[in-house]
Amino acid sequence: MTKIVYQGRSYERLDDETVLRCLLRNDVRAPYSCESGACQSCTMQATSGVIPSNAQEDLKETQKVLGYFKPCVCKPAGDLEVVALDDAHKQKQHLTVVEKSFLNDEILRLRLSSDEPFKYHAGQFINLFKDDLIRSYSLASLPDRDSTLELHIRRVPMGVVSNWLCDDVQVGDQLSVAGPMGECFYHETGNEEGLLAVGTGSGLAPLWGIVRDALAHGFDKPIILCHGGMTPERLYYVDELHQLEKRHDNFSYYPCVSGVDENALPAGISWGFPNDVAFALQPELVKWQLFLCGHPEMVANTKRKAFLQGVALKNIHADPFLPASPPT
Amino acid sequence: MSQSVYEKIGGDAAVNAAVDLFYRKVLADDRINGFFDGTDMEKQAAKQKAFLTMALGGPNNYTGEDMRKGHAHLVERGLNDSHFDAVMENLGATLKELGVPDDLIGEAAAIAESTRNDVLGK
Repeated sequence: MTKIVYQGRSYERLDDETVLRCLLRNDVRAPYSCESGACQSCTMQATSGVIPSNAQEDLKETQKVLGYFKPCVCKPAGDLEVVALDDAHKQKQHLTVVEKSFLNDEILRLRLSSDEPFKYHAGQFINLFKDDLIRSYSLASLPDRDSTLELHIRRVPMGVVSNWLCDDVQVGDQLSVAGPMGECFYHETGNEEGLLAVGTGSGLAPLWGIVRDALAHGFDKPIILCHGGMTPERLYYVDELHQLEKRHDNFSYYPCVSGVDENALPAGISWGFPNDVAFALQPELVKWQLFLCGHPEMVANTKRKAFLQGVALKNIHADPFLPASPPT
Repeated sequence: MSQSVYEKIGGDAAVNAAVDLFYRKVLADDRINGFFDGTDMEKQAAKQKAFLTMALGGPNNYTGEDMRKGHAHLVERGLNDSHFDAVMENLGATLKELGVPDDLIGEAAAIAESTRNDVLGK
């Protein structure tokens, strides 16, 4: 008999019982549907223990890295500690603001330090708390290269949290966060022919992390980054990205602008939405990994178009930046 | 008990090969793709996999009641026999593309067909 620890409580698992059946027998209200490993509605995350490989079959590679598994087909040989996906990261911790600077007229860069080790993958996001409000911000930093955590905060008109961060929060202040979360990060499978990163606005934050992470891990196939804004002033990290381009032959960066007359654009900037520019640059994407971050409509349309062109869903990593519901 | 189509064509691995193909056909089909607007693509793909597994006679726990509840909001939006026929067509085309023999496609079609009344809330 082995033990299943779920949300901190321990349950004895009978021989030949699945993790899901064990929890249900103990009146844990876990969601499930097909109970055959197909529908993934019962997916959980293991925080400790060995997951049998069949319980991770056909999950995304990034999900496997995070310890996601299907409890309905999981009969572990030993003890397993698991959490529900919703509650996986509710534990709050405090980070200290160590640097505050504006990248353009609407995007603030915050650099934060942590007393405790903060483990994450470049491109994941954290939840940031202000009173009872919660906002998600992507991590732009690299865990093994950058000594601080980096967030890009877009000042949202009337946005309570973003304006507070831009105007009131000072270097030295402590912020309450939980995480990291999200499955939009780099993980080489060995089969991909290239990486395509497409983002709008502060959607560059996770992509800045993901692209540098792939390069730092020696990924030597083509990497294309298309970053879009309405006007040239809305782009940022342009110099940094061009420098990265000079250091790595396999990386190309395309700043894209959609909101001004094509003829009025400075040299070196592509006209149009970054997803359209990307599809024109690289029409053959079947064996590529895609990273899509930013405007929800851009993310949804690009995902669908890429899928219909033959890209496997498992190779499309997306992080739509959903607007917060207005304060009531 | 005789082997199910699911076992004959190679079980879970075969369904994994079929699911992207099938979902792509469904999403590209203008007769039915409107029903998928605004849905989460990963969750949809997982549901398509559960559907294929069931149609092929593989392990599943779906009941007629689940089928009714799961599709009631679509029936309200006008889901009818013509849409069900379109899905059946895409199912057949997917299995054919994967080289599944006609008699096994027939078996899968019969299982899928048996859900018609529940799906359409009849």
